[in-house]
Amino acid sequence: MSDDYYKKAKAIPLPTLSEVNDLGKDWRYQDDGYTVTRTCPWSPPGCHPVGCGLKLYVDADGRLQKVEGDENHPVTQGRLCPRCIALKDYVYNPARILHPMKRHREDRGKADKWQRITWDEAFDIIKKEYDRIVAEYGRESIAIFSGTGREGGTMNPYGSMVFGTPNKCYTQSGYACYTPRLAAAVYVTGATYAEWDNAGALPDRWDDERYELSEVIVLWGKQPLDSNPDGFFGHSLIDAMRRGSRIINIDPRVTWLSTRSDIHLQLRPGTDTALGMAMLHVIISEGLYDKDFVEYWCYGFDELAERVAEMPPEKAAEICGVAVEKIYAAARMYAKAKPAGLLWGLAVDQKTNGMQNGQVIISLQAITGNLDRPGGQFLPGAGSGHNELGYGYDEGVGELKAKMIGIDQYPAYCNMILDAQADMMLKALETGDPFPLKMCMYQGNNLMACTSMEPKRWHDAIIKTMDFSIGIDTFMNPSVEASCDIFLPLKTVAEREGTVFTHYAPCTVTAGFMHKAIEVGEGFSDMEMVYELGTRLRPELWAKEGFANSKEFIEHFRLGKREHGAYFDKISQVVVSQVPVDYYKYEKGMLRADGGPGFATPTGRVELWSTAFNQFGEDPLPYYAEPEFGPVTTPELMEQYPFVLTTGARTSAFFHSEHRQIAYLRELHPNPITEINPQVAKRLNITEGQWVRVFNQFGECVQKAHISPIVDENTIHSEHAWWFPEEDGNEPNLYGVFRSNINNLIPNFHMGKLGFGAPGKCLICNIEPVAKNYDTNMDLVWEKFGKLV
Amino acid sequence: MAYGLLIDYEFCTGCQSCEVACKEEHSIPVGQWGIHLLDDGPWECADGRFNWNKIPVPTRLCDLCEQRTQQGKQPSCVHHCLAGVMQYGSVEELAKQLEKKPDQVLFVPKTYRYAQ
Ligand code: SF4
Ligand code: SF4
Ligand code: SF4
Repeated sequence: MSDDYYKKAKAIPLPTLSEVNDLGKDWRYQDDGYTVTRTCPWSPPGCHPVGCGLKLYVDADGRLQKVEGDENHPVTQGRLCPRCIALKDYVYNPARILHPMKRHREDRGKADKWQRITWDEAFDIIKKEYDRIVAEYGRESIAIFSGTGREGGTMNPYGSMVFGTPNKCYTQSGYACYTPRLAAAVYVTGATYAEWDNAGALPDRWDDERYELSEVIVLWGKQPLDSNPDGFFGHSLIDAMRRGSRIINIDPRVTWLSTRSDIHLQLRPGTDTALGMAMLHVIISEGLYDKDFVEYWCYGFDELAERVAEMPPEKAAEICGVAVEKIYAAARMYAKAKPAGLLWGLAVDQKTNGMQNGQVIISLQAITGNLDRPGGQFLPGAGSGHNELGYGYDEGVGELKAKMIGIDQYPAYCNMILDAQADMMLKALETGDPFPLKMCMYQGNNLMACTSMEPKRWHDAIIKTMDFSIGIDTFMNPSVEASCDIFLPLKTVAEREGTVFTHYAPCTVTAGFMHKAIEVGEGFSDMEMVYELGTRLRPELWAKEGFANSKEFIEHFRLGKREHGAYFDKISQVVVSQVPVDYYKYEKGMLRADGGPGFATPTGRVELWSTAFNQFGEDPLPYYAEPEFGPVTTPELMEQYPFVLTTGARTSAFFHSEHRQIAYLRELHPNPITEINPQVAKRLNITEGQWVRVFNQFGECVQKAHISPIVDENTIHSEHAWWFPEEDGNEPNLYGVFRSNINNLIPNFHMGKLGFGAPGKCLICNIEPVAKNYDTNMDLVWEKFGKLV
Repeated sequence: MAYGLLIDYEFCTGCQSCEVACKEEHSIPVGQWGIHLLDDGPWECADGRFNWNKIPVPTRLCDLCEQRTQQGKQPSCVHHCLAGVMQYGSVEELAKQLEKKPDQVLFVPKTYRYAQ
């Protein structure tokens, strides 16, 4: 990569920006007695790698006094979500843990038994336990539980280079988050993911001569405004709408966006693949597809046409519970729009049939000619990304890969993401089969609150089997409280250096750089922690790499250079840079490693009939499978559990299980909410704000009722990832983590054929009012976490 | 001259950045607001479409960010608004904008004096 690859991005001011502003300011400058540091944050606090431009105002005493959005960022333009606006309250929160701690194994679950220790002692304890456990059980007995969004969650060298275990594991059943979509994209197009092109990489943004505004944007099971998914700046959708883009929204819930859409397909949760097949059928049978693209660049079109003919819109309408005219209208509107974008969300993954849902979506994007086209889907080129997935794998794990849990049963899953299969991991934890797991580390993961299904099972199994467990975080959380013996503190974005490539680097639009503005406590960043732990646990391996310091490791890992940190220091001063992009790369030999035209698949085309799926023993064409529990599959259960349960919609206040102890954020959303249709509430005698018990054959929890036509009469929606940091942390309460936890109702072991997908968005349940009031006491939250800051 | 906030509620997404930005700017405790989001909807209209508007309303604690605006900067809520739908300016100027596009609302809050 040449030195001018990371050019300073040109600012595109919002029309509302005032005359007096900070456009053109350096990466660090003085303003009214403050030292202001411009930076692009990525974790912690948790967020996907969006890297919204930030200005951190630090006073003469080195204290962060103010946070403001940086108008120099070409995509975020000074705008921030509430979470970064309240960053100061996270950084200086009285509950934050700023030094390493230890606790005796027998004191797990006792919140007051932690003792502060030095880093030296922490490293010594970890080294001793590591050496003992490796000698006795092998490196494969170490599990790394990885989470989502945060840099730590994807920090693969923890597994490969630090602990040397093949058993890093994202703990959500069926890896039902992003990866099923990614797998569909990789196997069908050879490229990693296809994001809607929001002109984020173009110097003149929406007005860039290369850009074409999307006439239509489809949102499929996605809430980009709240989630900023995968590093995509959600509100760029509003920017496009204000320029004239029209919206089609596919969502079981009425959302604010659906009220601003031309068409809202309010389908029964989990039936998306049927809808997608029907849309394909309309587009194909009415000849609305891009004939040149299909002829030159697609493989298996006739077979696809034949398959989707089995799903006429009339049939899909019945399955999905939407009006048939709307399916026709949506298919035509999407196909006729030039260009058209499609944002596909987490709901695609969270069903057993998730891979096929991804497959129909990619097929829609392809046959309408929207792949790799301005204002359509943005495709990553050959060689894009960091290859962080495989980083250090051969050297650090090598032949032990054969001991990755689940690799024999689910090779398509395990080989693609180099992760132990989550459900098989639970089985191994519970049974010791194929071998016992003895040590674990939480890598940006609070699994008992958020990323594990039937979390009590995970809790029990981890506590029982683990000899030694390490928690790494900024705050105590229920998972670490329940099971860990060592706590290692992390730096926040204000205290660290680093990089942030949107979308984890495959389809990046901006590369951002993090600058350290303040010093708080003794933490490391995840990158530094990898270096510090790795060089101690596996000195020979790291000696071979020969990094001069942790900064050189970061430089190498993220930027592909080794200049003892000098390269990082130089490049990072641009703060934010747009990554050079191109369109129609399949015509120019820019998608395949061999430089030939076409796509990086075995046939060189978009494989509507997938040779990879076929090879893995999966149907090469998309097919619809009913959710395993629901009115069609289990009518006999519907009397007991008459509602379809969907879960996990996001709010702007929180990143999954994070931020509950930030008073200004918690105030926006104090309680876990279950949405209930007014007719249902009337029937069941539930009033607004009353607490309800949500239950099914797998478990139960309590949440607070919000009565609203957001959901229809057949559907219940409940929020995920709730715990209550203001409460008692001791077992068995554990900050109330199992009380309102909707994952109690979601089973493991219901993944698709290749090991991907889980029914998090399409189960069944019943509800009943409860007399007790569990309302959050905001005075307590304010008292405990708010007042100091 | 009177000044105010013009908000395009066709595109206000209810993200609540304005609320938190205001609270941070003025250190407003939990339970109080300088601007507060009113949420009207969703409810179904006769044509089967839903009405849902989110309208942030400046409260009696809003001082139109006097300290910032005196220096020529925009108010904190305006600066951070994720949808970019808030504008600060003179009523005269904003009234002209109001005329150009429906579904906007103009607030002219009475300036509140924070205790020093
Ligand atoms: S989306 Fe992420 S990076 Fe952007 S403001 Fe919100 S928390 Fe910060
Ligand atoms: S103008 Fe200032 S004081 Fe008024 S609501 Fe906005 S941020 Fe708050
Ligand atoms: S910040 Fe803007 S978009 Fe968000 S709630 Fe306030 S006015 Fe609406």
